[in-house]
Amino acid sequence: MTDLVSTIIAKYNYWIYITLMMIGLYAMIAKNNLIKKIVGMSMFQTAIILFYVSIGVKKGATIPILEYSHGHGHDTQLVVHAADYVNPLPHVLMLTAIVVGVATLGVALALSIRIYDRYNTLEEDEILTQIREEK
Amino acid sequence: MKIIGLIISVLTGAMLVYAAADFPAWSDPSSPASTYLSPHFIEKTMEETSVPNIVTAVLADYRSFDTMFETAVIFSAGLVCFFLLRTTRRKESETETTHYRHTLTGVTIQIKEGHTLPPSDEFERIDSLWTPSGLIIKTSCRLLVPFIQLFGLYVIAHGHYSPGGGFQGGVILGASIIMLAISYDLRTIIERISEKMVAVLCAVGVLIFSGTGALCLLLGVNFLDYNALAPILLVDPLTARSHAILIVEIGVGVAVMTTMIWLYCNLSSAGKYNQGL
Repeated sequence: MTDLVSTIIAKYNYWIYITLMMIGLYAMIAKNNLIKKIVGMSMFQTAIILFYVSIGVKKGATIPILEYSHGHGHDTQLVVHAADYVNPLPHVLMLTAIVVGVATLGVALALSIRIYDRYNTLEEDEILTQIREEK
Repeated sequence: MKIIGLIISVLTGAMLVYAAADFPAWSDPSSPASTYLSPHFIEKTMEETSVPNIVTAVLADYRSFDTMFETAVIFSAGLVCFFLLRTTRRKESETETTHYRHTLTGVTIQIKEGHTLPPSDEFERIDSLWTPSGLIIKTSCRLLVPFIQLFGLYVIAHGHYSPGGGFQGGVILGASIIMLAISYDLRTIIERISEKMVAVLCAVGVLIFSGTGALCLLLGVNFLDYNALAPILLVDPLTARSHAILIVEIGVGVAVMTTMIWLYCNLSSAGKYNQGL
């Protein structure tokens, strides 16, 4: 029992990202309103960002900016231990993912505006009925 | 549909929980993600690129191909928004009404299309959903904008030594202009940065990045191998890497800033550019 509890506590970052991802996925599938679907997509993206950033963390490490290197130039020999700095790679990947997420959100909202212009509604079932009637 | 959605998301969650049992514990220094490539980045960045901020070095040097195409993705997102929304012609039934407010008495008048207001500086043009806005909001936003922009420039320029870079600084710069558009109106920022200027600057940002890469190609080395830029930048090859990273970060910053403005202008006015939020 204590074993299970310690496992749950040791991996709590995964449980948070899984919960967020499930909420996002459910909203994308089940919600009827297109804006709510877009909100679900954003939550899904946030879950993945959280997952990536959390696997870069190391115990006892600091942010990935080298210390004591300002103004020394490259001729001084600086000894850097990888264990002192968190993994920079997830930060890089998520940095671009956040901005690209905003850009795709913009495209999704633009599509919704166009759909609203055409059908005067953002409810999925009403749009589908109107499309069937047109045939 | 709701039941199916619930089943699918619970199944996915259960699979992820099952997979998470094999994942390393949180903040484990010997996790697979932290042992393969990242020690090389952390230990060699200073001698290979002379940039203390490892994130910037990885972003704009080791993984610069990735970043270049991310910038291209942002540019295409702005372009897609423009093509989806921008309307220059109106429907036949719609006639444009512009609203003017008499500043002394507060009387609002509508001017139908084809008529003009007699020349007078007592009238100001307002949006159709105009509400009496606070002087405090406008003044405080106007005073804050230069400092926000200065901070954005600092974040771009100081990305080598502190958290920052082109993406973050570009978003801050874009947000400052969007703040101006929200506290005043859309016309205020279009007077300052025209639509054409925004589109051209967005393309210029991507061009700076890919042009730096192509310049390396012209100098006889691989695409985006910044060492070759040393004779042009008049520094030794190692410092040239650091300087070239700054150049591409500026390109990214310009592209991101203008994309944010472009997206805002198109989305808030639904492509009409006459009035915003």
